[in-house]
Amino acid sequence: MTRHGIALLMLSIIAIAGWAYNVNYNTKAAIERVSTLRSEIAAEREALRVLKVEWAYLNAPDRLSRLVGEHNDHLHLVPMVPGAFGISAAVPFPPKTLEERQNEEVYTSVYPRVGGIPVPVARPVPGAAPSGASAVGRDRAAARAVTAAWSSE
Amino acid sequence: MTDFATSQSRGRTAVRGDMRLILLMVVICVCYAAVGLRMGVLALTDPVEPTLARSGDAGRPVRGDIVDRNGQLLAANLPGWSLYAHPHEMKDPVLVADALSGVFPSMDRDDLIKKLTGKRRFVWIKRPVSPRERQAVHELGYPGLHFGAREIRIYPAGRTAGHIVGGVKAEREGVRFAEFVGSAGIEKHFDARLRDPAKAAEPLRLSIDITAQAAMRQAMAAGIERFTAKGASAVLMKVKTGEIVALASLPDFDPNDRPEGFRGAAELNPRFNRVAQGRYELGSTFKVLTAAMALETGVANDATLVKTPPALKYGRHNIRDFYRMPKQMSVEEIVVKSSNVGSARLSMMIGTRRFKDYLRKLGFFDPSGLELSEAARAKPLLPERWTDLSSMTISFGHGLAASPVHLAAAFATLANDGRRVHPTLIAGGTEPDKPGKRVFSSATSKRMLEVMRQVVVRGTARRTDLPGYEIGGKTGTAEKVRPGGGYFSDRVISTFAAVFPTTEPEYVLIISLDEPTDRSGPKPVRSAGRTAVPVAADIIARVAPILDMRPRLMLTDDEVETLDARLQ
Repeated sequence: MTRHGIALLMLSIIAIAGWAYNVNYNTKAAIERVSTLRSEIAAEREALRVLKVEWAYLNAPDRLSRLVGEHNDHLHLVPMVPGAFGISAAVPFPPKTLEERQNEEVYTSVYPRVGGIPVPVARPVPGAAPSGASAVGRDRAAARAVTAAWSSE
Repeated sequence: MTDFATSQSRGRTAVRGDMRLILLMVVICVCYAAVGLRMGVLALTDPVEPTLARSGDAGRPVRGDIVDRNGQLLAANLPGWSLYAHPHEMKDPVLVADALSGVFPSMDRDDLIKKLTGKRRFVWIKRPVSPRERQAVHELGYPGLHFGAREIRIYPAGRTAGHIVGGVKAEREGVRFAEFVGSAGIEKHFDARLRDPAKAAEPLRLSIDITAQAAMRQAMAAGIERFTAKGASAVLMKVKTGEIVALASLPDFDPNDRPEGFRGAAELNPRFNRVAQGRYELGSTFKVLTAAMALETGVANDATLVKTPPALKYGRHNIRDFYRMPKQMSVEEIVVKSSNVGSARLSMMIGTRRFKDYLRKLGFFDPSGLELSEAARAKPLLPERWTDLSSMTISFGHGLAASPVHLAAAFATLANDGRRVHPTLIAGGTEPDKPGKRVFSSATSKRMLEVMRQVVVRGTARRTDLPGYEIGGKTGTAEKVRPGGGYFSDRVISTFAAVFPTTEPEYVLIISLDEPTDRSGPKPVRSAGRTAVPVAADIIARVAPILDMRPRLMLTDDEVETLDARLQ
């Protein structure tokens, strides 16, 4: 009985010792891994910082405008001016398809065209044809005025 | 009885002595065991070097980044190196000195020899060192030269934001670190905030738009060249919040290579920030403020006509106008035609006490409060004894010298429905939700915006009337003060203070040129209308689209019809 007991005890001691040995080395390995990862993270962070600064330097407005000037032969870029803004009303309508033109004939009998300016087929004109310029007409005139004012500069 | 008692006590003493001996032995044994164990542990385990937890960066001095309103980096730290030497490790210091002076052309060879042959065991060679220089030193391959890690403070935007960021200097330096302290501009004002480790991760966000800033600076540089001016300053401010979107002073400097020392007039020093630090007599731009006070106090209204004879006598002094003015002028005409006499009379109608009060409320008695270290020192120069004559001359901008930031804040206050605006460089403003104290009424603000619009439509600032931006403003041409007393007749500071668009004010722009001359005509012209105004027009045309402002054209039905007819 006692002999068996002693044998069992020794076996368990060996097993526990083996387990402790394992855990010890695993822990050490983990600690090492953590420190490598830490230094890797630090290195990545530093790289990130350097790249951020480099990005900011490469995008500095003064540097970009200097480069644009140097490569003007190919780029033909000009500083942004107020005349560069467009007005949606100045965008021409796409050419009409045959189907649309046929429909238009139907619509124009109900909604007359205004002052030679094409009104979109789906847009109803409020009331009768206005005496002066329509809302669309005003937008287009404003668009032309902006373009004219800035292109004469 | 007594004997027995003594013998018993003696026996107890003997037992106690034994106990003490045992205790002493146990303590000694434990101590020896501890030392032995520690020795055993040290002998049996592998030696491990103490590792540096680099990601933690604990204890290393930090300095936060600075970004513009859109997050573009304006100031950051880069890992760099410093170069130091241990002369005792060198075989031939003279040879090393020779080689080093080849790598660093700016260093004196004899100086290096003296350093390296001296008795010291540690000498700094250069800090900071660029990666290319580091490589060159590595290629020399001499022993005794060492590199230490050292942060470098870098400003990617360079000159463009030079006056805003200011600069830093290294205060405490070691082989492994350098601690930076702000020495000018934002870096100095927010030094504590930038060095706070708790806030290091969060960049300091400024109200500056670096793209607008660059465009404005370019337009100013072109203006300086065109009018052969000595310098220029401009500030663009949001009317509602007081946020400064662009602030430039020329000449300027590159904060990455801050110039040290300067001989000559302080004003020509590139480190001198004209916008925040400079104090100038701002000329006729003050007439707008005088007129606003006159309307606000009720001493004048739209129907009031002020007598403007050829000159106004006060004691020995004569206040004159440069051009012939009509006999009587309305408040609007005084501003549009820029009459000194009319302005002086208005100031007398307001009264010196109230006139001073309003200037105080507009901030002309204190530093502007801008977050630049230079601005804190720029308290406006006021007359020592404020007489009625002082009020008269100040009413048209002479006798009181303030920084362009002061003027911008005053104009923004007038345009912001009459509520006080405080200039700031921090994105979002310092108190975004709190409306400023009321200085002028809504009605006065509205009326003065119309008057300023008239200055551009038919007055001295016609050259800035960009279609669609409804610019309003006031020009000012102030003769420079002669150092010995009196004024120069051929040296002026020409200023234009603009508000746009006048129907819904969004921005205030102040532009000043130092000694400009327009030589395009037969006679040289120095007035602001011919110098500062066209530069302002350039700036607005460049900057407004960047700030996403569309030109607005408001046409009446008749105008639409005539335009339509003409354009078809």
